[in-house]
Amino acid sequence: MNWRTPRTGGLALLAAVILLLPLALVNNYWYEVAILIGINAIVCVGLNLLIGYAGQISLGHAGFFGLGAYGSAILSARYGWPPAAALAATTAGVALIALLVGRPILKLKGHYLAMATLGMGIIISIVIVTEDRLTGGPDGMSVPAFTLFGMSLAGERVWYWIIGGTLVGAVWFALNLIESPAGRALRALHGSEVGAQVSGIDATRAKVGVFVISAMFASVAGSMTAHYSGFITPGKVSFFHSIELVTMVVFGGMASTFGAVIGAAALTLLPQLLTVLKEYEMVVFGAVMVSTMIFFPRGLLPSLMLALARKRK
Amino acid sequence: MSAQLAQYLLTGLTVGAIYALVALGFAIIYNASHVINFAQGEFVMIGGMATVSLANAGLPLLVAIPVAVLTAAAVGVALAKFAVEPARGASVVTLIIITIGASILLRGLATLVWDKKLHALQPFSGDQPIAIAGATILPQSLWVLGVTLAIVLLLGWFFGRTLTGKAMLATSHNPLAAQLCGVNVRFVLLLSFGLSASLGAIAGILIAPITLTSWDVGVMLGLKGFAAAILGGLGSGTGAVVGGLLLGIAESLGAGYVSSAYKDAIAFVIILAVLFFKPSGLFGKKSAERV
Repeated sequence: MNWRTPRTGGLALLAAVILLLPLALVNNYWYEVAILIGINAIVCVGLNLLIGYAGQISLGHAGFFGLGAYGSAILSARYGWPPAAALAATTAGVALIALLVGRPILKLKGHYLAMATLGMGIIISIVIVTEDRLTGGPDGMSVPAFTLFGMSLAGERVWYWIIGGTLVGAVWFALNLIESPAGRALRALHGSEVGAQVSGIDATRAKVGVFVISAMFASVAGSMTAHYSGFITPGKVSFFHSIELVTMVVFGGMASTFGAVIGAAALTLLPQLLTVLKEYEMVVFGAVMVSTMIFFPRGLLPSLMLALARKRK
Repeated sequence: MSAQLAQYLLTGLTVGAIYALVALGFAIIYNASHVINFAQGEFVMIGGMATVSLANAGLPLLVAIPVAVLTAAAVGVALAKFAVEPARGASVVTLIIITIGASILLRGLATLVWDKKLHALQPFSGDQPIAIAGATILPQSLWVLGVTLAIVLLLGWFFGRTLTGKAMLATSHNPLAAQLCGVNVRFVLLLSFGLSASLGAIAGILIAPITLTSWDVGVMLGLKGFAAAILGGLGSGTGAVVGGLLLGIAESLGAGYVSSAYKDAIAFVIILAVLFFKPSGLFGKKSAERV
C-alpha cells in the first residue's frame, strides 16, 4: 500500500486529526467550532467536485443546504416523522430538485451559470423566509433532537463524532469518485467540453450527475446542522452563505479534496479569531480574502504543495 | 390604460433606470477585462453615503455630488489597480472571489467611515407628486429617468464618436490586436473601472432620496444590476439598458399583481426563464468554443 497518495495516507491523516483533536478541545465552545468546521467541510468536499473538478460554478449551494435543513426540520417537527426517515426523504427530495434544476441550468456557461445558480439560491431563500407557516419565517424554527433506535443524540461531544465520521466518509467517497471513470470524465470536461464530448463523454449527464451529488452533500450537512443545533434560521440559506462556501473551496485550493477541508477550517476559524478586532473585523476579513486570492490564485494547499515540490528538486 | 397599471409602470421604470445604470457598469468592466465586478453595488453605496455625509456637513448638493462621484471613481480605479490587475490571468472563480472580498472590505470601510444607520437625502427638487395619466410620479423619479437618459446618450456618443471610446471597444473585441494598434490596454482597464464606479455612484445618489441609503444598500442593487446585465446579454450596452428597465417593470408589476413578498424572487424567476430559452441573454453574442 502506498501511503503517499491522498486515498490512503491523506485519509489516514484526516482520521488521525479527527481522533486526536478532542485532546485540544478544552471546552464546549471549541467543540462547537470543530463541528462547524466539519459541517462546512462536508459541503465544501461536495462543492469542490463541481467547481474544482468539473469546472462549473455554483453561487447557490446554500439553497441546497437550506432545503436539507428545513426539509428535515419540517418533516420531523411539523409532521412527526422519525428524524432518520426525514433525513432520507429530504436527501432524496433535494437530489430530485437538483436533477430537475440542473438539466437546464448546466447548459449555461461561465457567468451565465453563476447568475442562474445565484438566482436559484435566492429564490429558495425567499421562499423559506416567506412561507412562515411552515418555516417560521425570518425568526426560524426549532427542530427536535435526532433519535436513532430509541436513543436521542444530543450534545457537542456526540455530534463531534457523528460529523467527524461523516466527513471521513464524504472525503473517502470524493477521492474514489475522482479516480473512477466518472471522475476522469469530469476532469476531461474541465479541460475542454467539446474535446470531452468528442471522446465520447456525455457532458450534460456528467455535469448534472456531479451537481446532484454536490447538492446531496450540502443537503445532508444541512439536515445534520438542523438536528444538532436544534434551531434553524434563514441566515444559513442566504446568498452570503453560498459565497462563503465557494470562497472556502477556492481559498483551500480548487481540485483538491483536502484543500476544500483546509479552506473550510481556515475560513470557519478566521471570523472566530477576528472577533477581537470588533469593528475592524469586516475590513480585515475582506483584505485577507483579496490578498490570499492575489498571492495564491490556486488556493492555499496546491500553492503550498507546489512550493514544497520545487524545494525538493 | 388603468391608473393602477400606469402607476406600476412608472415605479418600475424608475427602479429599472437605476438597475440599468448599475448593469451598464457591469457591462463596461466586463468588456474591458472579462471580469464580473461583484463590488459594483458598493459604488452605488459610496455614491449615496458620501453625498449624504457631505450634504450634512453643509455643502450644497452641486458640490457634494461631483465630489461623491469622484470619490467613487477613485475607489474604482484603486480596485482595478490593487486587486484586479495583480490577479491577471487568474480563473473566473478566483476573480469573482477577489471582487466579492473587495466588496466586503468596502462595506467594512463604510461602517468605519460612516455608520450602520439608514440615511435620507433631500430630494433635488421637492417632494410634491406630479399627476400623469391618473398616476402620480415624484419629481425625483423624473430626475432618475432624465439623468439616465442623458447618460445613455452620452455613453453612446463616447463609445461611437471619441477615440478613447473606440479604443475601449477595440479592447473588448480583441485586447492583443488593440494593443498592437497602439491602444494602452492598462489605461483602458483603469478607465473602465473609474467609469463604472461613476455610473454606480450616480445611480446611488439619484435613488437615495426615494429609498434611503445605508452601508449595505449595495448588495441587492449590485445583484439586480448583474441580473439585468445578464438578462440583456453580457457586454451589450443596449442589453444592459433594456435588461434593467425590463427587470424594474417586471418587479413592479409582479409586486402589484402577484405578491409583494415575492417581489425579489420574480426578477430571478424571469432571469432563469429567459436563460432557459436564450442561454446568452436577449442581446448577447452567441459564443462558440474553439477546440
